[in-house]
Amino acid sequence: MITRRLFCSALTIASVLVAGQSHAQERFITVSSTTSTEQSGLFGHLLPAFEKASGIKVRVVALGTGQALDMARRGDADVVFVHDKAAEEKFIAEGFGVKRQEVMYNDFVVIGPKADPAKAAGKDILEGLRRIAGSRSEIPGMQSTEAAQAPFVSRGDKSGTHAAELRYWKAAGVDLAAKKGAWYRDTGSGMGPALNTAASMNAYILADRGTWLNFKNRGDLGIIVEGDTRLFNQYGVILVNPAKHPHVKQADGQKFIDWLVAADGQKAIADYKIGGEQLFFPNAAK
Amino acid sequence: MTTLGDSFLTAWQLVSLADARLAGIVWLSLRVSLTATLIACIVGMPIGALLAVGRFPGRRILVVLFNGLMGLPPVVVGLLVYLLLSRAGPLGSFGLLFSPTAMVIAQAILVTPIVAALTRQVVADEWAEYREQLRSLGASRARAAATLLWDGRFSLTTAGLAGFGRAIAEVGAVMIVGGNIDGVTRVMTTTIALETSKGDLPLALALGFVLIAVVLSVNAFAYALRGWAEKRWG
Repeated sequence: MITRRLFCSALTIASVLVAGQSHAQERFITVSSTTSTEQSGLFGHLLPAFEKASGIKVRVVALGTGQALDMARRGDADVVFVHDKAAEEKFIAEGFGVKRQEVMYNDFVVIGPKADPAKAAGKDILEGLRRIAGSRSEIPGMQSTEAAQAPFVSRGDKSGTHAAELRYWKAAGVDLAAKKGAWYRDTGSGMGPALNTAASMNAYILADRGTWLNFKNRGDLGIIVEGDTRLFNQYGVILVNPAKHPHVKQADGQKFIDWLVAADGQKAIADYKIGGEQLFFPNAAK
Repeated sequence: MTTLGDSFLTAWQLVSLADARLAGIVWLSLRVSLTATLIACIVGMPIGALLAVGRFPGRRILVVLFNGLMGLPPVVVGLLVYLLLSRAGPLGSFGLLFSPTAMVIAQAILVTPIVAALTRQVVADEWAEYREQLRSLGASRARAAATLLWDGRFSLTTAGLAGFGRAIAEVGAVMIVGGNIDGVTRVMTTTIALETSKGDLPLALALGFVLIAVVLSVNAFAYALRGWAEKRWG
């Protein structure tokens, strides 16, 4: 008797919990994107506007660009919205994406200790990096005490920002493989966690401006290098190829892309500001 | 120190304002972890009891296995479930990835060994005590396992609570299989991880306090329920 009653109540609890589980079927697409778009707060601003215009909810999974593309390769996303042109074009060439469309850009900045021990401040990204790396041993008369040297924190996670960082090192002629020492900290983490690490070590780091502006735990860090046109960071959007993954929500995914590159989406992007500063600059092809 | 103070204040404000978004996140956390724990109990408790009273080849190996699996790394479970549920995976056609259901599956896998191993211990102790008695009544081993489970039901709440504690506290598995999607799969622990990423440490810590309070409330509720049930039926 008691057993039966207990069994019945357990069943009731279970059915209530499970019933709560199954959402009313709502219309949504899944977008794999980057931590920079999510953590800068851009999506929080954009998506409600799109939902209002279309009735489609957008579920964003925020990862590094490399992971976001991998997720789409497995067919777990309908649309990818990332920032690593080379990787995106490879994705298309492999047949996973239909077409890449440019949406907007923001820029990278080098963040570092306000005291700037490496004297890297300025507008030239390559010169700045050379100084950060060069202050290790090559500058004569420079004491190689730890105090004089601020470390450099790298994302090290195959994200778009990581890829950009490696490109800049290469362009600057710094052979990382040879010069990598204790000063170069490969953290393997997202933009925010890497910034947290940099703040606690008082280190230099390459970051996207959006995440930096929205970042609260700044410690003694400030912007060291900015304004170099080479620091522009282009975002592209791609519909995952329904020929590879038939379950891709082609129509709704395309609607999201069309909205992003059309006047309404472009204006919504331009309207997003933190502390009066615009974070992303729409530049979709007309 | 200021961070700690700020966090307490923020936590208090969040709770006292009954923030709707926070309530949604707390409710999802509870729903996912309680469902996972329930499934783990339904599966794990009979396994534990049978391991305690059963005599079959490989029993010892299974005992060690379940004890060992109590230390399953959540990230590994998350990855495993992710690959299973991914569209390219064997269960991909169900489209369960990035849903609360996927999170329940991952947590249930994580928690079942804990419930099974703790149940085995409780039942094994009882078995040592009542073995002769049950045998003289002519009970089969399966029957004995069921009797001892029922008999130890009050002690077994601890096994369930240990499982629940593990489920609601883990972040590695739900982050991977849920994707931390705002309003859909964002739970307490993934929110805390996200706010930490944004460098908003006071808010992250405040959410941590709320989480601890929620876990404590669930435990207090279970304790009270157990006391009441014991008085009534014990």
